[in-house]
Amino acid sequence: MKQHSPPPRLSLRGITKQYPGCLANDDVHLDIAPAEIHALLGENGAGKSTLMKVIYGLVKPDRGEVLWDGLPIEVKDPAQARKMGIGMVFQHFSLFETLTVTENIALALGDDAGALDQLAEKIRTVSEKYGMTINPEREIHTLSVGERQRVEIVRCLVQNIKLLILDEPTSVLTPQEVDSLFITLRQLASEGCSILFISHKLNEVKALCHNATVLRAGRVSGECVPAEEDTTSMAKLMVGDDTPVSTTYPKKLGSTPLLCISDLNLHSDDPFGVHLKHINLTVNAGEIVGIAGVAGNGQEELLASLSGEHLCPDGKTITFAEDAVADLPPDQRRRWGLGFVPEERLGRGAVPEMSLTENALLTGFLSGLLSKGMVAWKKAETFADQIIDQYRVKAAGRHAQADSLSGGNLQKFIIGREIMQNPKILIAAHPTWGVDIGAATAIHKALITLRDQGAAILVVSEDIDELFLISDRIGAICNGALSPVKPTPESSIQELGRMMAGDFSQSAHEGSATL
Amino acid sequence: MIKLEPRGERSATMAYLSPVLAALLTMLTGLLLFTLLNVDPVEALITILYVPISDTHGIAELCVKTAPILLCAIGLSVVFKAKIWNIGAEGQLLMGGLFGSYIALQLIEAEGFWVLPIVLIAGILGGMFWSGIAAILKVRFHTNEILTTIMMNYIALNILLWAVHGPLKDPEGFNFPESALFGDSALLPVLIEGTRVHFGMALALFAVVAVWVLMSRSFYGFQIKVMGMDAGAARLSGFKEKRLTYFALLLSGGLAGLAGVGEVTGPIGQLIPQISPGYGYAAIIVAFLGRLHPLGILLASLLMALLYMGGEMAQISLGLPLALTGLFQGMLLFYLLACDVLISFRIRLKPRKVKTSTPLTPLASETRG
Repeated sequence: MKQHSPPPRLSLRGITKQYPGCLANDDVHLDIAPAEIHALLGENGAGKSTLMKVIYGLVKPDRGEVLWDGLPIEVKDPAQARKMGIGMVFQHFSLFETLTVTENIALALGDDAGALDQLAEKIRTVSEKYGMTINPEREIHTLSVGERQRVEIVRCLVQNIKLLILDEPTSVLTPQEVDSLFITLRQLASEGCSILFISHKLNEVKALCHNATVLRAGRVSGECVPAEEDTTSMAKLMVGDDTPVSTTYPKKLGSTPLLCISDLNLHSDDPFGVHLKHINLTVNAGEIVGIAGVAGNGQEELLASLSGEHLCPDGKTITFAEDAVADLPPDQRRRWGLGFVPEERLGRGAVPEMSLTENALLTGFLSGLLSKGMVAWKKAETFADQIIDQYRVKAAGRHAQADSLSGGNLQKFIIGREIMQNPKILIAAHPTWGVDIGAATAIHKALITLRDQGAAILVVSEDIDELFLISDRIGAICNGALSPVKPTPESSIQELGRMMAGDFSQSAHEGSATL
Repeated sequence: MIKLEPRGERSATMAYLSPVLAALLTMLTGLLLFTLLNVDPVEALITILYVPISDTHGIAELCVKTAPILLCAIGLSVVFKAKIWNIGAEGQLLMGGLFGSYIALQLIEAEGFWVLPIVLIAGILGGMFWSGIAAILKVRFHTNEILTTIMMNYIALNILLWAVHGPLKDPEGFNFPESALFGDSALLPVLIEGTRVHFGMALALFAVVAVWVLMSRSFYGFQIKVMGMDAGAARLSGFKEKRLTYFALLLSGGLAGLAGVGEVTGPIGQLIPQISPGYGYAAIIVAFLGRLHPLGILLASLLMALLYMGGEMAQISLGLPLALTGLFQGMLLFYLLACDVLISFRIRLKPRKVKTSTPLTPLASETRG
């Protein structure tokens, strides 16, 4: 058997990968010992994904070498990586919805799968051994996101695994699910398996990992033992010194209802979509209401009925200050004073190949940028300039194409575009998803400022920390149903986690939803 | 194994140079082709590209041929911007010719300035009717417009043939498949005395300017562009997808119909079976060659008209087959598409991968649309 001492299981030496217009990895060194849980920390765009693709044989580095158990090796493709004992769980699962767990795993294993009934038995044994019970006979579309992740992990474990790579595994889990995942990972590590845990969540890294390598802009900006660091020092390594990392905002509660959803039911046309069930929600002027939830629990359906992309036959289901709007199309809701920041920046929020001026016009056309059906391009340009200026959007200018901006800058532009039209109601989906910390702070401040001006703001997010930071009241959506919404100071991460998992039982007041 | 690798950044200059490059490559291939056919290549090129327009009469004929191509192509530029692939300009042109002819024949004895506008409007409506069917099918039943518009081209052609062999045939025409000659009031006035350049060219130029204004200045044009580039963004902003689809298809159909009625009331003067040598199809190439931009389309339609004339000229003076026109059109489109691909991608020759049992995985589990 293996000696658990000198050579690291995996060692990266000077990995460099240049993409057209972007140096993704620059002389990266990384060592992972057997039985070690190693964190790879970094913001979006720091080069984490490229690095793990190098390890998994998906990307060939321009320079540098990979050592496996002390021997130089070239990982040509994922098939070879799997043979070596490297398993990988991607952020976006690659599972066939209509096939069973066993069938999916058999497909992933290729020729090594063997007979299906034996594989099913193995899946059952392995999943129980690591405390992640799954039924091999179930079809994927019947599983929750957390269960799907288990399938992906079990897929790695049924092979003889020596290194497990997890890419942002907790982003789709409730806090309780995160805890049980960590138990599994610790057990796995104690048996000698190395784990590379990719994340940008400092608390989790601190709780789980033995060592951490921090990437910033493609380079290793530091290495540390997370347990001995505080989160602020690690955050500094991630984002650099000049970015403020933490702030708090005073909580406020409004009293005049602006946005009311009463008994919203929606039957999704998508066979794998989520049906909305009896949703009731009130957002008052001058407050931010946050809705947490694991992806795919009805957020998109809820947002589509709020934006007007999905119309309800009964207009009174959604009211803006007592005006029935649920049967009105998006432009008429905007005319009333709705601002909307969609989840997809490129694709819905902005047209990738259009300039910032044109993208300013995209939703800004109702605020005086048109005259007699013609576009007042001068005004549109001024409007774009104002957004770029006020929200410190880093771009080559108003002529820059939307897809030339970084995610954070484009999001600042979109949020700025919506806020500068003085919305009475703003709905923001995942406002800081994939955005660097500096831009996230700027976006949070903009939302708080808008709140203080008296707007009603609804934020739907998967990032619980963000919701606790900016929301005045908070709730969760699970399987198309909305939990009671409580003032944030009266809620806790544990309680919210329970609600995200569908347990809406509550000790106290029921009426807080319509405070 | 040949692999295409994205170049990272798109070059705006190259995007505009690509049609020029395509035209040059077409000419070079033409030279090679003529050499292989034992025809003096330089003489052949001169015959095709210069002789047809070497005198004023030639230039006038160029305008006559340009008008219908330009009208069809400028209309197509609007639908193509909306990413609606109307391949049916030919059928819409034929229907325009047929509708216009029907009204012109009803008003054959009539005189007055009002006759021509009515005939022209009938032609426009004919084209709109034909593209409108495709629009209804697309909006109501999500039918693929590429298929419907292509199929409707053949239906239009057969209806036209039936009409010209049947109800619209000139009773005194010795049983030739032709209608009676239209009355003078139904004919497009000649713009330049002594030539065949008719008012249709002026209408085409007006359409170019109008579409230019529509697409670059009006909010309607902006919405059409957004819908084509990013339907999700258009929906979220509250743009009316169905209305825009109808608008774009009806506009392009109407302009193709105008091209058709312009042919029968202009150079032809009656309804005959061959009112278009494929102008509606050539317009598709023209629209893309002109980068869907009005000015580019104007230049490209002049080139296309020249190719039509040059093909005929080569047939007459060099004895080359008329298929040459189609061949040159095809090469032009082929080189344009090739240049566009190579502008955004570079070709990499990669050694074949060793056979591995690479397992099957979907891209990502997208549970929701």
